[in-house]
Amino acid sequence: MEILHPAVGALDAVPRLGPMRSEPVVQVQALVKRYGTKTAVDGLDLVAGAGVTAVLGPNGAGKTSTVEICEGYRRPDSGTVRVLGLDPVREARRLHPRIGVMLQSGGVYSGARADEMLRHVAKLHANPLDVDALIERLGLGSCGRTAYRRLSGGQQQRLALAMAVVGRPELAFLDEPTAGLDPQARHATWDLVRDLRADGVSVILTTHYMDEAEQLADDVAILDAGRVIAQGSPEDLCRGGAENTLRFLGRPGLDVGSLLKALPADCSAAELTPGSYRVNGKVDPQLLATVASWCAQHGVMPDRISVERHTLEDVFLELTGKELRS
Amino acid sequence: MTTATGTYTPKPGAAPLPRMIGAQAALETRMLLRNGEQLLLTVVIPTLLLVLFSSVDIVDTGAGRSVDFLAPGILALAVMSTAFTGQAIATGFERRYGVLKRLASSPLPRWGLMTAKTASVLVTEVLQVILLTVIAFALGWSPHGNPGAVLLLLVLGTAAFSGLGLLMAGTLKAEATLAAANLVFLLLLVGGGVIVPMDKFPQGAQDVLGLLPISALSDGLRDVLQHGAAVPWGDLGILGVWAVVGLAAAGTFFRWE
Repeated sequence: MEILHPAVGALDAVPRLGPMRSEPVVQVQALVKRYGTKTAVDGLDLVAGAGVTAVLGPNGAGKTSTVEICEGYRRPDSGTVRVLGLDPVREARRLHPRIGVMLQSGGVYSGARADEMLRHVAKLHANPLDVDALIERLGLGSCGRTAYRRLSGGQQQRLALAMAVVGRPELAFLDEPTAGLDPQARHATWDLVRDLRADGVSVILTTHYMDEAEQLADDVAILDAGRVIAQGSPEDLCRGGAENTLRFLGRPGLDVGSLLKALPADCSAAELTPGSYRVNGKVDPQLLATVASWCAQHGVMPDRISVERHTLEDVFLELTGKELRS
Repeated sequence: MTTATGTYTPKPGAAPLPRMIGAQAALETRMLLRNGEQLLLTVVIPTLLLVLFSSVDIVDTGAGRSVDFLAPGILALAVMSTAFTGQAIATGFERRYGVLKRLASSPLPRWGLMTAKTASVLVTEVLQVILLTVIAFALGWSPHGNPGAVLLLLVLGTAAFSGLGLLMAGTLKAEATLAAANLVFLLLLVGGGVIVPMDKFPQGAQDVLGLLPISALSDGLRDVLQHGAAVPWGDLGILGVWAVVGLAAAGTFFRWE
């Protein structure tokens, strides 16, 4: 009889994904959600670990439906959902104290003042943040005695964000946290998300802003038509499969054929205009070194070497054939 | 700049239930007392009606002082204005603006939220009853009867009107609730024995109107406070049926979004 060493079994069972991504905070399998005849979520699989996970997609891709199922607001038509290991509907009472929720809009008594509402949410939690410090941090002090319905859109949004984090959650769901914010308020929100991450709060944020996902996320899930069509770190997604471009300036009339021989087989090279060269292929440090050393051998000083990386925008376009609208 | 300072380090947990419900009830009461339209409905209108109809002989209220007839009716109106109209409108807009939704993912359980709403309604009613009683006494009111029966009527009336108000708020659009709740308030004010004695209506209409919760409440309060009856079982029975039906329907059909 063969006996497995226990450690081998343990290693098999636990995928090694690095320190930040060990324990999944959200696990969604084969999720389906229909509203009448419209299928909003169509067999979606998603695993989100600790850190910041961006759920990226155009309007109507199923982002909010998915997140609201994770928050326990809706029952899936089929599929399984676990958040912090709990069923969001059946185990809502155990889950809700551990998560923070920022709705896409609303959520506050129209006659309540910002600080009043935030203090109220704080009172529902056992160990809330210092409310005054949070008000200061998010610039909500200027709201004064103004009722919620008279606050600006940006102030309402920042209040909703504050309400999501004031209870010191393990996991915060932020649904389009910066939609419609001015650049300054956007950066303030990003800074807070970074601080949450640094202090060990996991964040699931939906967005249709590419730069937001690139700036904040450890992991990006791209949604289209109710499914996850790609998932990975922003770097992986931008690198994966996509052809990148390296450009440099040199003497006109260099021997492109010789350069091509020095390059890996799947690369192409061309002199676009006299003295302006372009290399297409998988651009990595090795390729850069190869081009630089070919230039050195040919007594060429490559000027203005530039690498054009694909952005998430390009990746999204390639995957879906659609532009992300913001 | 990003540095782990530990400010946001997770430390989740729900506050103790009594603290959550107390905080929620206090907030709901503050929202109500701050809202001008709600104050008009729950304080200004009952007070005005009591003072006006007691001092000016507009409606023939039968034998005896008119305040002895009016005060029980106005107390019934106060219960309806808070438990039904006010609660329906406020809850309808809370639903519309996502307040109920946001609270549903907070540590406060749904039954805790409903308990807090009830507590807030009761606090408001206590304030109303104190105010209206003081005014009625100033107008020469001399109530009779068993305070226990009065309390029972007020509690059952509150339950009946809360069920109906929440049913409306949880199923209709906020604007529809606003319109319907005000319309119902007006119709029941006139047809429910609040300021107009029921015997002004034809017999057939009286039989139907007498089954309304407002009629049962005003009639029951009048039986006790004006005529010194012990326990008006018939009216309590009608209120009890409305309470069971209304709360059960609200519990079944209430939609949180």
